[in-house]
Amino acid sequence: MSEIPILRIGDCLLVSIQVDMHDRLAMQLQDDLTQRIVADRVHGVMIDISALEIVDSFIGRMLNNIAAMSRVLDAVTVVVGMRPAVAITLVELGLTLHGVRTALDVDKGLAMIRELIDADDRADAARKV
Amino acid sequence: MAATPDGILALIDRHYSSVLTEWLDSQKRMSRVAASPERQAEVTTQSTQFLDELRHCATSTTSDDITGTAWAPMRAVLENVSRARALQGYSPAETATFVFSLKQPLFRLMQRELGRDADRFAEASWKATQLLDGLGLYTIEAYQKTREEVIARQQQELLELSTPVVQLWEGILALPLIGTLDSARTQIVMENLLEQIVARSADIAIIDITGVPTVDTLVAQHLIKTISAARLMGADCIISGIRPQIAQTIVHLGLELNVVSKATMADALALALRRSGKAIVDRSRMPGREA
Repeated sequence: MSEIPILRIGDCLLVSIQVDMHDRLAMQLQDDLTQRIVADRVHGVMIDISALEIVDSFIGRMLNNIAAMSRVLDAVTVVVGMRPAVAITLVELGLTLHGVRTALDVDKGLAMIRELIDADDRADAARKV
Repeated sequence: MAATPDGILALIDRHYSSVLTEWLDSQKRMSRVAASPERQAEVTTQSTQFLDELRHCATSTTSDDITGTAWAPMRAVLENVSRARALQGYSPAETATFVFSLKQPLFRLMQRELGRDADRFAEASWKATQLLDGLGLYTIEAYQKTREEVIARQQQELLELSTPVVQLWEGILALPLIGTLDSARTQIVMENLLEQIVARSADIAIIDITGVPTVDTLVAQHLIKTISAARLMGADCIISGIRPQIAQTIVHLGLELNVVSKATMADALALALRRSGKAIVDRSRMPGREA
């Protein structure tokens, strides 16, 4: 069974979904990702879905779940590269992915994660003072 | 001579020029506005064509069913007349008058020729009425079809015209909406906006609703859809151009847009620039720093 590679870029993990998702693959991805977040002690997760032409409610829920799990492990999740047609379909389905941050491409996603981590650090520092 | 349509048409054949002249006269009398010389020439051409086809169809077929293949050339003439008149702005009645005005000269002719024989006259006028009514109704139908084509084309043009996406700055797009948002337009607006977000790599989209006459629950829902789709692509939306009246309507209807809104496009642009780390500086207030 193919598995989805998880790449590390700085203090952030990059997951690029390029194959059709199904239950077991999704479960495995959640498993792998949570383990890597803890093992690598990263604070950001970027999920690239630019290769996906179809995003259904199943993948939508999976993205929400990953975001929620990462949040518990103190990592922010950004979904990047959604195609216009996919965005329209999701909106028509009523899946607006609240709780998931989005960015246009990997570049902007990376910048957004850095910004969010910085903001978190600043907020923490302010709390300590 | 039998009082079949062929009989009537044979009559027309024999008195062709007098029928044509009388018909043109009656058309001139029945039209409310005085026709220009060009129009008059056009009407003459159309009338001549009509009579020619009437003779032609009558000799080639005995059927008086005008939907049949034998009457196809006649239908083509009528379609041309209707199309031309629909595009020139004639009313349906004026268009149909073209055919119906032939009745008077035709009936006068039949009265002259068949008036002594009441039975034949009655039968001939019935046939003639039936034929001309059929042709007249066909004219109206063709007129209606042309008008519908015009309306459909205008709708399409309206859709194309009214959804431009403008780049205000690097990474900042503006979408000035004009007119009411219905589902079809929302779809096009959304597709345009999302495509431009990708093409221009934009972070912020300003949706200006100055030109939207009213915002009801449906329009608001369409706006929310567009905003959600842009957000999924990773672009934030700002709504601008909310008129006082619309602000009141939104509150009265209890609509929640869940988006940053600004009264004017200028305010929205200022916010967008600030968010992308840029500032507009008034140089006159910075002594010593003029270029």
